Amino acid sequence: MRIRETSIALYTIVYREIRRFLRIWLQTLLPPAITMSLYFVIFGNLIGPRIGEMGGYGYMEFIVPGLIMMSVITNSYGNVVSSFYGTKFQRHIEELLVSPIPISIILIGYVVGGVARGLSVGAIVTCLSLFFTDLQIHNIWVTLSVVALTSTLFAIAGFINAIYANSFDDISIIPTFVLTPLTYLGGVFYSISLLPEFWQNVSLINPILYMVNTFRYGILGVTDIPLGIAFTIIIGFVIGLYSFAYYLLRIGKGIRQ
Amino acid sequence: MFQPLSSPSAGISVPDPSVKALSIRGLRKTYDNGFTALKGIDLDVEQGDFFALLGPNGAGKSTTLGIVSSLVNRTEGEVEIFGHSVFSDPVNAKKMLGVVPQEFNFNQWEKVRDIIITQGGYYGLPAGEVRERCDHYLKALGLWEKRNEVSRSLSGGMKRRLMIARALIHEPKMLILDEPTAGVDIELRRSMWEFLTEINSRGTTIILTTHYLEEAESLCRNIAIIDRGEIRTNTSKRELLAQLNVETFVLDIAPAQTTAPEIEGYPLQMEGDHTLIVDVEKSKGLNSLFQQLDQQGIQVASMRNKSNRLEELFVRLVESNL
Repeated sequence: MRIRETSIALYTIVYREIRRFLRIWLQTLLPPAITMSLYFVIFGNLIGPRIGEMGGYGYMEFIVPGLIMMSVITNSYGNVVSSFYGTKFQRHIEELLVSPIPISIILIGYVVGGVARGLSVGAIVTCLSLFFTDLQIHNIWVTLSVVALTSTLFAIAGFINAIYANSFDDISIIPTFVLTPLTYLGGVFYSISLLPEFWQNVSLINPILYMVNTFRYGILGVTDIPLGIAFTIIIGFVIGLYSFAYYLLRIGKGIRQ
Repeated sequence: MFQPLSSPSAGISVPDPSVKALSIRGLRKTYDNGFTALKGIDLDVEQGDFFALLGPNGAGKSTTLGIVSSLVNRTEGEVEIFGHSVFSDPVNAKKMLGVVPQEFNFNQWEKVRDIIITQGGYYGLPAGEVRERCDHYLKALGLWEKRNEVSRSLSGGMKRRLMIARALIHEPKMLILDEPTAGVDIELRRSMWEFLTEINSRGTTIILTTHYLEEAESLCRNIAIIDRGEIRTNTSKRELLAQLNVETFVLDIAPAQTTAPEIEGYPLQMEGDHTLIVDVEKSKGLNSLFQQLDQQGIQVASMRNKSNRLEELFVRLVESNL
């Protein structure tokens, strides 16, 4: 396809994906807003003052970046896994397969759709957090780049999950049994400096820790992890997962007999 | 139901006429469970042809068309569409092809117009052009009134027409239809035949699979019969029907008979007391039969083929392979 045709095809997939999650906003945008508001009220307002400072900041200020990142991660992942699996389930994946769209554009289109939802929910949660705390941005570039990269990473991961999924159960297993525990143990609610040394070292194999801490650095200026290492790991995961997803699409895994 | 086509579907540019619309060489497919659906088939379809690919269930029709339309991975072999390899030059091959599958494969939650416009976008068509074409085909296929309806609310026949409109949005040079009239009423089937004939007359090559052999006999110029992963015959409809040496006729007779009359050269069977079934060899014809029945005081009130001619031939070809 020529560049203009490819651009139109990419725009078509992205537009369709955004239209999809906006059409069902009661399922896609509202629930995370309610859930995160409850976190702010319960952990920030009610329990937070009894906990005291964390990393030199009030507990509410400390958990806001983590909760924003948590909503970005789950929604980027959830959007792509449900949308692409739905496309397979209803067989309209065939509309894409018979068309001349390069497989890289199919992958990028879905990932951009997932990033769009992740960032939309992130923006909503950020706005809600302003009702509970004053949010100061320490480094806008670190903040924006890490949230975009994290959203991209989990959108690709959701795509891979959807490729392997054979039933609706298969698209909830990873978020429930892998993603949620890793997120909760990824320093959203605490600084790993509170942990014994052994568990601090164990925490370092959790990639979400790097994303949450880097995002927290962008907003508050505090982190448990050096930025260079964090960005290297995040970018490494993005490249690795993208290459794997591309390979799966190329061989037709889960989509061609 | 279907409106006559006008522009913009006119003016399909014709490539080098010596290039086959579809060329399949040594196509083999073995599924993961070890079942070999295609055993190295060769098949050519000329430009502008109206071609039928027939075969019993599980013969390999859908696998063949699935590989041609990039929905199924091949095990071995080559497929070219207007000279473009489906495997090494997929972009140009896919631009030439429109596919109407047997089963509904669009988003049931999307609106009719959105489904067609989105498909145009996948082919890189600019928004203005795709909207114009979409409206044109919605009108041509009698879906204009339903354009803003969610697709799952359409009737079965409308859903099938929606898939035809979607397949035509990029104005392909070759259109594959897998059982396009399955489950649609006679009126719609007839109007669909007219529509497809008109598209074909404008230069679009059409490949059809169907279980209604009357449909293939009415529409198609060339026919291939596939069975158990192998092409049994691939020839013109005329030549194929010429292979039919014996036709079975049903004669409604009067007066009533209790036993079948005996006429040399014509094996007769009674079915009820007013109906005769007779196998007639082409070389013998029907005149002698009528004369001899007349001599025995039996009048023929009406006559018809017991089954569609192509159907008879199809059954014989497939049964000979059992």
